[in-house]
Amino acid sequence: MTNAAVHSTPRSGSLFSQDQRTRRRNTAERRFRIYGQAAIGIAMMALVILLASVLGNGLSAFRQTFINMPVTLDADVLDKKGNRDADDLKKVTTIGYSKLLLNSLTQLIEDQGLAIEGLAASDIKDMISDDAAAQVRNRVLANPELIGQTVSLKVLANGRIDGYLKGRVSMESAERDSNVSVNQLRLTDEMMERGLIGKSFNWSFITAADASELRPEAAGLGVAILGSAYMMIVVLVLALPIGVAASIYLEEFAPKNRWTDLIEVNISNLAAVPSIVFGILGLAIFINFAGLPQSAPIVGGLVLTLMTLPTIIISTRAAIKAVPPSIRDAALGIGASKMQTVFHHVLPLAAPGILTGTIIGLAQALGETAPLLLIGMVAFVRDFPAAPPEGLFDPAAALPVQVYNWTQRADPAFVERASGAIIVLLIFLLAMNAVAILLRRKFERRW
Amino acid sequence: MTTVKLATSALALAAAAGAAQARDQIQIAGSSTVLPYATIVAEAFGENFDFPTPVVEGGGSGAGRKKMCEGLGENTIDIANSSSRIKQSDIDLCNTNGVTEIMEVRIGYDGIVFASDLNGPEFAYTPADWFSALAAEVVVDGAIVANPNKTWADVNGDLPAQDILAFVPGTKHGTREVFDEKVILAGCEETGAYEAFKTAAGGDEDAAEEKCMALRTDGVSVDIDGDYTETLARIDANKNAIGVFGLSFYQNNTDKLRVATMNGVVPTVESIAAGDYPVSRPLYFYVKKAHLGVIPGLQEYIDFFVSDDMAGPDGPLAAYGLVSDPELAATQEMVATGTPMAPLN
Repeated sequence: MTNAAVHSTPRSGSLFSQDQRTRRRNTAERRFRIYGQAAIGIAMMALVILLASVLGNGLSAFRQTFINMPVTLDADVLDKKGNRDADDLKKVTTIGYSKLLLNSLTQLIEDQGLAIEGLAASDIKDMISDDAAAQVRNRVLANPELIGQTVSLKVLANGRIDGYLKGRVSMESAERDSNVSVNQLRLTDEMMERGLIGKSFNWSFITAADASELRPEAAGLGVAILGSAYMMIVVLVLALPIGVAASIYLEEFAPKNRWTDLIEVNISNLAAVPSIVFGILGLAIFINFAGLPQSAPIVGGLVLTLMTLPTIIISTRAAIKAVPPSIRDAALGIGASKMQTVFHHVLPLAAPGILTGTIIGLAQALGETAPLLLIGMVAFVRDFPAAPPEGLFDPAAALPVQVYNWTQRADPAFVERASGAIIVLLIFLLAMNAVAILLRRKFERRW
Repeated sequence: MTTVKLATSALALAAAAGAAQARDQIQIAGSSTVLPYATIVAEAFGENFDFPTPVVEGGGSGAGRKKMCEGLGENTIDIANSSSRIKQSDIDLCNTNGVTEIMEVRIGYDGIVFASDLNGPEFAYTPADWFSALAAEVVVDGAIVANPNKTWADVNGDLPAQDILAFVPGTKHGTREVFDEKVILAGCEETGAYEAFKTAAGGDEDAAEEKCMALRTDGVSVDIDGDYTETLARIDANKNAIGVFGLSFYQNNTDKLRVATMNGVVPTVESIAAGDYPVSRPLYFYVKKAHLGVIPGLQEYIDFFVSDDMAGPDGPLAAYGLVSDPELAATQEMVATGTPMAPLN
């Protein structure tokens, strides 16, 4: 009734002065625009907060505190028999080497005349990272001629000393902290004045392996980066050909019937399956049934392949569909076979779209954590895997899993490491997405 | 045609994947409490021996033991870390899958501490306080009633009048078992509630114990299913709360947490070693004997793990915040001779 009444009343007033309804419509539109801007604002704010917190926590992981000191590689300690025999040299453990480092540092403190009241030997020993002893040992074993010499070394400082230079540890917190003493921090101040201790770029954060709870300063991403790279190789080698073959067949050759419809629906459904499900599948099939090793990049790669396949198939089909039918018709018209048409004309034109889809699929797989938790990739792995293909069966970690791992460690220094690992992961993802965009820009053709 | 070639090579790769691979590194899984220390030993082992560094995984004590009992062979793990003793059900599972000889190695002790925000008040607890604060039902004037206590002062006049809020480990953690047994159950017996529950249940001891260990569900006791870092973050957000931690975790975060005493004893490595601090538990790892001599370095690893250099009172074990086993010599002997564990009594 009211509707009819509205419609039957003729419009009154001029077009130039808005009536109430028009005003209402216009305010509704303005309101909607503000909602939209607010939504974008919130999204941008979330991004900025995320980036600020990750960068704020993590950038410091790329710089590390080192102590510059001369180390006397005493032949009496390292090679008692004096024959430089490799097996005899190996008998001196890292405990022996850490004593050597302690003596060298004590000597340095004396030579420099750094007098700190109440500084105990254990305080001096704890200035140096436990990892330094292992590094010196490896160096000596690789080059036995060094024994007997005094070499100038840059050794890793303990994580708490590093924390002091980075502002994580203060004199007040050191009083309550059983792992660091105020005397150590005073010594650090003195050494800093003389340039004996300082921060420099930390390549080992990118190249070194993970380290245990007691030496966060030595923990690096090397094994994780390698493991992630191996998995991406497996995904690329398996998912690309399988995905492309499946898409070409479905798009160009398969008859349109109930079966292909069913397959299509299932591929779309598969793309929406939570990734943890693929992890359970991987554990059951690849490890328990096929007997593949735990923690190996091959299993991770296979699981991620299953996860990425639907993404690649869907994007490849879209790319093939976007090639105009006239191209196919022309090729067929001059006598090309169906297969020649596909491989000589359709596929090259669809290639940029296929590559973009593949790279985005890979980027998604690179950041995936959940399925890897189930196949033993959350392990503590310190040995670098061998070169592929054998290395695919060696244990390795993965970048996102390393982040997860480090957030669970007790030592606060690992918070910085975890954020640093996130930065590395984000750089990889950004690089991959940038490549995808570049490829699309450069090769895409529009009709 | 390149696609066809790629596909063929992919299939070849998948086929190669089926081939058995000889494993040369030790694989370990289990308790997240033992994990950090196991990585410390693994790291030192890899540095000083010619064998590869063992691969250590977490996952929880129960999950680790189950994984170990999956069977023998190179694609099963060699060692399960555990923060509680192996159960008969695990041994049965092992036996059905052919894992008949298991070595039980006790590596030391871990203390469980109660800690709150550094700037909060000091707490001196007894197990009875915890029972009265967290139990679902308590005894008031001889009658069993739903827990009415709101602040710690309601529980015990000597404690600060701070709202009760406790973050306790979830039931999948080995720590929870010890908390239930050595704190809640002990407190239940101390307060005399155990006897009241037992009488109410008609003399049924199991029912009484179960009643003792039933915690409040009104939001005062919060189960933390994650690890100690999550508990720490929750305390950071809620300064009134008390959290349950491992001693080693607390020692790494003494600049944020204030530890409470239990029965007047401050938890330290020394007080736990002396047996004064009541809430502690042994830590174990279990080795498949059949893998000794098959997996390179396994015997050397377990010898190294219990050596005085590592597990002695001055070694990394103590430095990390665990407590050295006074009977370490017997364990070393057992490991050296490879004696499998006797049936559980």
